Amino acid sequence: MIRFDHVYKRYPNGREALSNVSLEVARGELVFVTGHSGAGKSSLLKLIALIERPTRGQLIVNGQNVAGVSRRKIPAFRRQIGMVFQDHKLLYDRTVFDNVALPLVIAGVRTKEIGKRVRAALDQVGLLGREQCLPLELSTGEQQRVGIARAVVSKPPLLIADEPTGNLDPDLSLEVMNLFRRFNEVGVTVLIASHDLYLLDRFPVRRIRLENGRIVDPGNAAADDAAPLLDPRKLLEREHGAPS
Amino acid sequence: MIAWLTRHLQTLVGSLGRLSQQKFSTFLTMLVIGIALALPTCLHVLVTNAQRATGAWHRALEISVFLQPQTPETEAQQLADRISKRRDVAQVELITAAKGLEEFQRQSGFGEALAALNENPLPHALLVRPDGAYTSTDHLAELAAWIRELPSVDIVQLDTGWVERLNAILEAISRAIVIATALLALGVLVIVGNTIRLDIQNRRAEIEITKLVGGSDGFVRRPFLYSGLWYGLGGAVLAWLITALVVSALRDPVGRIASLYGSSFELASLDLGTSTKLLLTGAALGWIGSFLSATRHLRDIEPS
Ligand SMILES: Nc1ncnc2c1ncn2[C@@H]1O[C@H](COP(=O)(O)OP(=O)(O)O)[C@@H](O)[C@H]1O
Ligand SMILES: [Mg+2]
Repeated sequence: MIRFDHVYKRYPNGREALSNVSLEVARGELVFVTGHSGAGKSSLLKLIALIERPTRGQLIVNGQNVAGVSRRKIPAFRRQIGMVFQDHKLLYDRTVFDNVALPLVIAGVRTKEIGKRVRAALDQVGLLGREQCLPLELSTGEQQRVGIARAVVSKPPLLIADEPTGNLDPDLSLEVMNLFRRFNEVGVTVLIASHDLYLLDRFPVRRIRLENGRIVDPGNAAADDAAPLLDPRKLLEREHGAPS
Repeated sequence: MIAWLTRHLQTLVGSLGRLSQQKFSTFLTMLVIGIALALPTCLHVLVTNAQRATGAWHRALEISVFLQPQTPETEAQQLADRISKRRDVAQVELITAAKGLEEFQRQSGFGEALAALNENPLPHALLVRPDGAYTSTDHLAELAAWIRELPSVDIVQLDTGWVERLNAILEAISRAIVIATALLALGVLVIVGNTIRLDIQNRRAEIEITKLVGGSDGFVRRPFLYSGLWYGLGGAVLAWLITALVVSALRDPVGRIASLYGSSFELASLDLGTSTKLLLTGAALGWIGSFLSATRHLRDIEPS
């Protein structure tokens, strides 16, 4: 799904955010990208969404080499990626419905179909019935769920989230993470950047660890299996069993 | 196709809704555009009226032809017949020397002094009225020249000088209006472009987000194009109102001036064709101004 091949990212100010990054994320994986603040997590996700372009190296997303995606083709490219942000990035003068509908409106989906799919997405994040609210009438956690509904409403094969739980308390974070897991279960490849240690502890999935723009641990796709997590008892066990 | 149309319609109405949220600033922008459009429109209406008025005077033009003294009346009549055969002549009136004298006596008050003359000092005269379709200055001059070459013709008077001068002035004004219109149209483009630029700045976050979730340049631009369209159309409507007000304010005084000159001339307001042109021009300028501005400024906004 995603392949980095000796990718470097140097910003115009000379700061090298990513150095020689090579990694592969298979279709259907759920992966964390971890590391301290400034390690390059956001930069990594921005390269995937073509918000930034690699300075060197090759990056392939969903079978497409990003180097071959011209400026004009970026919108179509982005439509196959659902994005969730720490600050939600909602349109605050539009209703929840309009926010979630935006990707479908952009894609030219018919009005009737839009209504159905928006309600389905809001149902998935537990916000059915709040369609006509404005984002600011919702709590932070609910706003984040609106953001998630918007990211998944057009059923993209890839979901990337940059610190999606950064502003949420632990309970809400778990809730949001469970949402991501559920999408992953139906086949969506999910990539989450996070330095939330508490949360990482509870989800023993593959972790790619960055430090100073370099991959210090590419994780192990084979050994990490999200399946046991589906069992709530295991989750509980983990929570109470690990004192550190 | 229907989905496409619905989408455009939604954006169209949506952009109107957004404009109506900031009624005052929207109105101000439209008013500025309206004034810019009203200026050339008013001038156009006035010049059109002036041309219509001089056209009417033109049609009242006559060529006075004085025959040589001692020309027999029969010859004068023949001459009148000959001239009136021309296609560009509507009517020829023969004023014989006797009739001329009689009229002169009646009008001038020199009746008795003239009666003392034993000979009529006046020649026969012909009043040639050109056909309405042939009243161009060039044509009249040509007709006058032709008459001048006829036998027994002494003096041909064609007083088109002042009409010519007036027409030249109107022509110059018309050209000035074209230039003014071009400049003011440019002004409207700048006004709309700048308004849209500010609009884009204010909605930067929204634009970034829309681009993040895959909105193309065209998609992001569309509502701004419709805003521009509304600005232009609104401005044109205001321009129409301003022009109508100006014309109705001038109608009375102009009518009074005309009646002083014995004319029943009435100032005409905007006709349907000009009104349509005004509205279309306004809408087109708004669209083009926003297109240029949005295309240029939206490119600079990329999510980061
Ligand atoms: N737009 C930018 N211009 C310049 N430097 C940047 C930019 N974005 C990030 N950086 C720098 O790149 C490094 C990695 O940043 P980032 O990818 O945001 O890390 P993280 O998300 O892990 O905190 C940091 O040192 C940061 O200052
Ligand atoms: Mg970051």
